[in-house]
Amino acid sequence: MAPVAPRSGDAIFASVEHVNAELFTLTYGAIVRQLLTDLEEVEEVNKQLDQMGYNIGVRLIDEFLAKSNVSRCVDFKETADAIAKIGFKMFLGVGASVTNWDADGTCCSIVLDDNPLVDFVELPDTCQGLYYCNILSGVVRGALEMVSMKTEVTWVRDMLRGDDAFELQVKLLKQVPEEYPYKDDE
Amino acid sequence: MQFFGGSDISPSPPAPTASGNNAHMMYVFNRNGVCLLYREWNRPLHTLNAQQDHKLMFGLLFSLKSLTAKMDPTSFENHEMCSLDKGNLGVPQLPGQGCSFHSFRTNTYKLSFMETPSGLKIILITHPKTGDLRESLKYIYNLYVEYVVKNPIYTPGAPIRCELFNTSLDQYVRSIS
Repeated sequence: MAPVAPRSGDAIFASVEHVNAELFTLTYGAIVRQLLTDLEEVEEVNKQLDQMGYNIGVRLIDEFLAKSNVSRCVDFKETADAIAKIGFKMFLGVGASVTNWDADGTCCSIVLDDNPLVDFVELPDTCQGLYYCNILSGVVRGALEMVSMKTEVTWVRDMLRGDDAFELQVKLLKQVPEEYPYKDDE
Repeated sequence: MQFFGGSDISPSPPAPTASGNNAHMMYVFNRNGVCLLYREWNRPLHTLNAQQDHKLMFGLLFSLKSLTAKMDPTSFENHEMCSLDKGNLGVPQLPGQGCSFHSFRTNTYKLSFMETPSGLKIILITHPKTGDLRESLKYIYNLYVEYVVKNPIYTPGAPIRCELFNTSLDQYVRSIS
């Protein structure tokens, strides 16, 4: 049996059920709003969003793998491409591109073409430190951790903070080999 | 819809028929070797207790995978990432790394195996005359995504207790021929 070619993000996005974009955007907005009320500190909200994203990511990876037919990526470059071209397209409906590779191929940037989370959003002065879309960085981190890649994902450009794009920096810290989980004497 | 563990499970291995009923049992392990699910449809003989049985199965797969990867005469790629450990049996690999096997057959049963890049292992044991089950295992993976992963009550890494998953799994497995 020849390996099945990965499905394109567009095809998968078209085949799943959709919700109204405004409902999605406003729901996310309501969550962030509530977190700001509950946690008060902007830093805490950033952390919480990242954690929520992480929890989503560790589940989302299986849906990604099951639906996209992506098998093992040869290197981190291919991984980054799969996230940008298939992952973001499949779950958010937006494309993304991979740029700014460092010399040893362990750090790159994912630039989103569009970001449906931030429609209707303006950051007030009191929330200048907020990474409004921090949930996305958490998702990427969680998903990659489930395929044995420890990463650090940070926002380097955020349009809500006056930059000209949404840019996520993904840095590969280490790849974790699979080990026999039981001890011999158990 | 039938309740799982229904009465149509016969005590002896049935002859393969077009209508299926060929599955003996199934295991699902996660990357940490936790047995997330064990389903049994037709297994008259138990030789070990459940925990030993699961551990033995996981150990077999782990070793067999390591063996198949090390015996691979074709690929350089496997060794590049861990070039220091070249040729050493039992050296840890990244999940999904190296070549792997997808089934083996004895005179009384067939074991089909699938591992996802996220380290989930699905093992299905069926009648020896069943055909290629790779697509079936993929389908089961999709069932897992729909009924387990998307279930907000389910804690990742915990044993699966989702009635809906069990029901749809039982139904699907009956159709395997």
